[in-house]
Parts: sequence; C-alpha cells; structure tokens
Amino acid sequence: MSDVILGIETSCDETAAAVVERAQLVRSSVVSSQVERHAPFGGVVPEIAGRAHVEQLVPVIAEALVSAGAEGADLDAVAATTGPGLAGSLLIGVSAAKALSLVWDVPFVSVNHLEAHLYASFLEEPDLELPLVVLLVSGGHTMLVFMEDHCRYRLLGSTLDDAAGEAFDKVARFLGLGYPGGPAIDELSVEGDPSAFAYPRSMVQENPATLPDDRRFAFSFSGLKTAVVNHVRNEPDAPTADVAASFQEAVVDTLVTKARWAVEATGAKGLCLGGGVAANSRLRERFLDTCGDLGVRAFLPSRSMCTDNAAMVAAAGWWRLSMFGPSPLDTGVDPNQGLPLVD
Amino acid sequence: MLILGIETAGSQVGCAIGGHEGVLASAHAGKGRRHAENLAPQIDFVRRQAGIELGDLGAVAVDVGPGLFTGLRVGIATAVAISHALGVPMIPITSPDLMAFPARWSSRLIVTALDARRGELFTALFRKVPGGIQRVREVNVCTPDDLAAELEAADEPTLLVGDGALRFADTFHDIGRIEMAEQGLAQPSARSLVQLAHARAMREEFVQSWELEPVYLRKPDAEINWSTREGGA
Ligand SMILES: [Zn+2]
Repeated sequence: MSDVILGIETSCDETAAAVVERAQLVRSSVVSSQVERHAPFGGVVPEIAGRAHVEQLVPVIAEALVSAGAEGADLDAVAATTGPGLAGSLLIGVSAAKALSLVWDVPFVSVNHLEAHLYASFLEEPDLELPLVVLLVSGGHTMLVFMEDHCRYRLLGSTLDDAAGEAFDKVARFLGLGYPGGPAIDELSVEGDPSAFAYPRSMVQENPATLPDDRRFAFSFSGLKTAVVNHVRNEPDAPTADVAASFQEAVVDTLVTKARWAVEATGAKGLCLGGGVAANSRLRERFLDTCGDLGVRAFLPSRSMCTDNAAMVAAAGWWRLSMFGPSPLDTGVDPNQGLPLVD
Repeated sequence: MLILGIETAGSQVGCAIGGHEGVLASAHAGKGRRHAENLAPQIDFVRRQAGIELGDLGAVAVDVGPGLFTGLRVGIATAVAISHALGVPMIPITSPDLMAFPARWSSRLIVTALDARRGELFTALFRKVPGGIQRVREVNVCTPDDLAAELEAADEPTLLVGDGALRFADTFHDIGRIEMAEQGLAQPSARSLVQLAHARAMREEFVQSWELEPVYLRKPDAEINWSTREGGA
C-alpha cells in the first residue's frame, strides 16, 4: 500500500506542496501565496501566476520534504492537481509531479482540485462518517455536493453566475476595501450591523419544495452584487461597515439555508464545509449553528485547510490511488475539469 | 558526464540524452503542442532507448527561451524538478543559441528568428569565430519589418534560420544576399541542446536549480495593459 504521498497544488495563485501519510497524518504542508503580486491588479493575473509558480515550486517542494523529514526514497506516490484552475499554472505543478515520479520511480496521481477540497475535512477528522453533504465555497466555485462514498459524488447544485468568493472580491473592490475581498469584508463586518440593509437572497424562500429542482440547490450572487452597488450609489452615506456586514449576511444566509435543505433532502449524517470562503468567520459561526439545529455532525476544516493547500491534494490522491490506481504519465491538465460524478 | 536535454520552447516537444560519445537517444514530437502531456513519457522513452537510469545523469540542460510561454514552463518545471530530485546541476541554454548551432559551419551572418506569435519574432545575430559561433547582438523581440530593416542595413551575406523566418519569408524576400535555412532547422532541437550543453559542462558552466531563470522577453499582458482594464466592476 502506498502510504506516504507528496501532494502538489498550483491551480491558482498558491504554490503548495505537502507530505501526508494515509490521507490522515499531515507531516508537512507548505503554501507560498502570490497574493501580493496580484494585488495591484485586483485579481489573479494568469501570466504572473505562471511565472511565480515556476520560481516558487521547487523551493516549496524542497521545504515540504525537509520539514516532513522525508527524502525521495521515502515517498510512495506524487499527486498533483490537474484541474480545474488556470491552465498555465496547473501544468507547472503537473510537470514537476511527473518529473519527480519518474526520478523516484513511484506512481503519479492526477487529482481534481474540487475533490481535494472535499478531502480537506478528512485530514482533521479521519473517522468522518459517510454519506455527507459538502458545501464548497471558493473564489472559483460555489456548490453543494452529496458525497455517497469515497470518490463518489453527486452534484446537488452550483452557482449560476458568480462564485461566492468572486462576489466578495467584486463588492470589496467596489467598496474600496482592496484585494483579496473576503478577509477585508469579514474584518469590516465585525463593526457593522448585518441587519442594517435587507439585500436580496436569490432562490431562497420559506418552502424549498416550491422551487423547481434545478433551482433548489442552485446559487446566484450577481443580483446581490448589483443590489449592493445600486444601493451605495443611491445612498452614498450608508456606513461601509453596515453595507459589508449586510452583504456578507445575505451571502452566508443563502449558503447555510441551501446547505440545510440539502441535508434534509438527502438524509446525510454530516455537513462539511470547504473552500477558501469557508475561512469566513460569519459563515463558520452560522454553519455550526445550522448543524446544531439539524442534529448532524459539523465538519469544519481549520482555516489553513480551507484555503488552497497541497495536504488536501495528497489526501485526495491517496484515496484516488487506493481506489483507481496510478494516472498515466501523459495525463494533461483540464482547466474546466468538473468533479468526477456518479450518474 | 551524461546530460538530459529538454526542449519545449518552440512548437515541438523534444528531449535527448547524451555525453562525450555524442547523443545516445532523442525524441521529438511536433503535433498539437501537447507539451504537458508528451514530455514526461518522452523522457522515460528516451531514457530506456539510451539504456540508462535517470540516476546516471550528471546534469540537466534546458532551453530557457525565449519561446512560447506555456511550452517553456512545462520544460523548465520538469527540468528543475529532475535536477533538484537528482541533486545534479543545470545547464541553461537560450533558444537562439540552439537554433544557430546547426548552422555553425556557415561563414554568413547567422540570424535566428523564432515565431513569437502576434506577428513578432524572437531574434538574435551570430557570427562564426575560431572554434564556434558567437552571438553578436542580444536576443530581442521585434516585428519582421524591424528585422528586415536591420538586415538591409547590415548588407552582408546572411543565413536566416527559424520558423519565424519561414513564416514571414515574403518580408525578407527582396533583401539581397539572404539565404533561408530549411524547415528541418526551423525549431530549436534537443539534440543540439545536449551537444551544446556537453561543451558547456566541460567548461563547468553550471547553475543550480534555484538559480535558473527563464528568458521571457515579454512582460505579462496585464502589466502592459493594466490601465485599460482598470475600472471594471
Ligand atoms: Zn480551491
């Protein structure tokens, strides 16, 4: 059995490597963020990301190996994210991973970035009971997934337009709070009144049964963003902290309401939160309350495991390898790769 | 010393293994620019053909550009990872040096022009000197018209090499004393890479994996165009 896995993650603007044993024991997890290089542009610039990954990746891998006390010979496989993400960034991690698998003569494992986020919770709660509902919220994705078994997923619903994290970035930029928007709004909201302004909650109502199937678990945040923008233009004196807090409340409300519906509809035993937006304080608080109300277990990864990292890639890689074996060396990257679903 | 050479700066993917006895094995794939897919299996294939283990390598050579960004980074990420994992040094070589190398016997002015897309070329000028060729003008990125003007002014027998030269052959057509190198020399090659790298290895011109720097020549678009994108919601 292949137990010790080097994970590599370069799908967006974090260069990361980690050494994980049996998808449980994180021996090291190194993340080098490029956020400062992208900040002047208000978002991730693909070409800048690609160049930074080339510079950072091998030093990050070296650090992950050293802090794990591992050498090439100790590793049983190398896993890397092959998508979804930025093509020019993904192929750097994938190329390095394949190169290392050749030198160390161990399997290469292709990992889906979304699947990796789902496995972040398992790193901290190895006894996690299935089936689960996972709410995955990041800058690129907002989806509700029903995890029947390991590596077996059903997509309940996803965003029809902006991802939740994208909405945070756009509203933060509009409010002049800078980039990245998530932490800025989170911080400012503490001083604001979340009920100051009643912004719209899209496709959320008293009775979910009256919503059509394809909208019940779907999300939409572009209308909310427009509502905030119009409101601030009409009422320029509205306190920014109140605007931020009310906007955040609308996003969080939508997310937890739909997650609750998903648990009720599937009879899942637990609810799991993943993705960069899972670092948001208000979402974490409301998520725990919701799980308490429902009487299901809450799985909430630590903040460092919510944002992009390679430990989750190594963990997902271990499960992939155990169930499906190694990936071929001519595996390419797929910027639009969806979660591997069962039908 | 055995050297692995990785060449992905052009539209081809290539690798070769060689040493003082010359090139032991090499492979090239030209179709579809599937750099990320093709390179690792190709290295494994060439290693088997050469009858060696990767652990036998003494250095890793790589084309550091300029070239097409995507391919370039696949090659560099792969080369740096192999060099680091094996604990062996690297030999960086630029794509114009590689393209000029097979033309080293020519007594003409050697001009390399790799297709840089967007109607531009990556170019450099070389001249024969005792024992080889020497670059007589830095690598730049310019339009075919710029290069044509430069060659017209130079007004000497010239050998024009590269897929960019062939693509814009019409631009150079009317300039006197220009000869076009054939299609077979139009791309930097992994065989040339290993041969050139071997000569540099003899002179111990190595860098460590963390010192290797790609030659991009172009800034990321965002840094050039940022002002026009500013203000989007
Ligand atoms: Zn992510």
